[in-house]
Amino acid sequence: MSGAGNREQVFPTRMTLGVMKGKLKGAQTGHSLLKRKSEALTKRFRDITKRIDDAKRKMGRVMQTAAFSLAEVSYATGGNIGFQVQESISNNARFKVKSRQENVSGVYLPQFEADINESINDFKMTGLGRGGQQIQKAREVYSKSVETLVDLASLQTAFVILDDVIKVTNRRVNAIEHVIIPRTENTISYINSELDELDREEFYRLKKVQEKKQIATAAADALMAAKKLKEEQDRLNELEKHEIDDVEKLVVKDEVVKEEESEVNTKANDDDNTDLVNETEGDVIF
Amino acid sequence: MASEAKNRTLIACMGDEDTITGMLLAGIGQVTNEPGKEKNFQICNDDTKSDELLAKFDEFTSRDDIAILLINQHLADVIRLEVDSFTAPFPAILEIPSKDHPYDPEKDSILRRVRRLFGDS
Repeated sequence: MSGAGNREQVFPTRMTLGVMKGKLKGAQTGHSLLKRKSEALTKRFRDITKRIDDAKRKMGRVMQTAAFSLAEVSYATGGNIGFQVQESISNNARFKVKSRQENVSGVYLPQFEADINESINDFKMTGLGRGGQQIQKAREVYSKSVETLVDLASLQTAFVILDDVIKVTNRRVNAIEHVIIPRTENTISYINSELDELDREEFYRLKKVQEKKQIATAAADALMAAKKLKEEQDRLNELEKHEIDDVEKLVVKDEVVKEEESEVNTKANDDDNTDLVNETEGDVIF
Repeated sequence: MASEAKNRTLIACMGDEDTITGMLLAGIGQVTNEPGKEKNFQICNDDTKSDELLAKFDEFTSRDDIAILLINQHLADVIRLEVDSFTAPFPAILEIPSKDHPYDPEKDSILRRVRRLFGDS
């Protein structure tokens, strides 16, 4: 497809998605409407084309007849009346055209109509001497042929205008079909994928957060346990230390006591009371 | 465009003397004193230079009161490029046959467009 990967520069949000969907719908409606318009115009166009072809051929014949009638005039008047005719033109044309509008699917086509003002006759004196009848006839024939020409002109104008309008309409149809609709679809799919991506990201983030939380709780638990263990250990250590201290003290004291005892023994049991006190002290501690 | 078409009521004609005479007999002629719009017809013969034809053609196509411009086909052939490249809807340009030059549908700028659009239908 043309324009693949081609999209509008939008921010992928849900709101933009809504806007784009509306746009796509509008483009599709417009496309079908324009297509129908183009078809209606083309139908008309073909009709006009055919009529132009016929009218042009008819015009060839009519003009031939007209030229023949003018030749008759030349023959009857015995000379060229061109100069006389040119000199007697007034400042208002007898044969004018009126234009009328015709509406075909919103396109205004002008329709020319012959508008003959019968009160104007510039050629009253022309051919007064000779060939007046032929001149009258030539006038009628030429009037008729000009009417044919006017019809042909309106067909031709319609042809030119329709040609233009059809081109513009087809260009619009194609632009919508091949540029705007694919681009809008691309934009929509882009927004959708982007939104999905965001969703996945959000999900993953939540999962990650949960995981982190679990790890953190486990770590905190472990820390707590360790702390407790340590406290216990500390307490035990403390106790042990005290115990050792006491034992050491006791040992020292024992030694002291033994020394004293030995001293005492050597001094021949000088003081029985201190020995007793020392013993009682040890009893209290254990 | 609607108002543009409303004011265009005249038929202009460029052609040889016989064609002009016939058209004037039909009553399309109008002669005024207004500058630039003195005559709505122009007699051209085989001696008329293409520059003059072109100038007259431009004058008639740029006037705002002419709805239809009739031009003899043999004269249109001389300035064929300009006639073909004139694509505006107004005035409508009609190529008409003259007494000495029968009508040839193959040369008509509009008919050639028709043929180009629809093959040789």
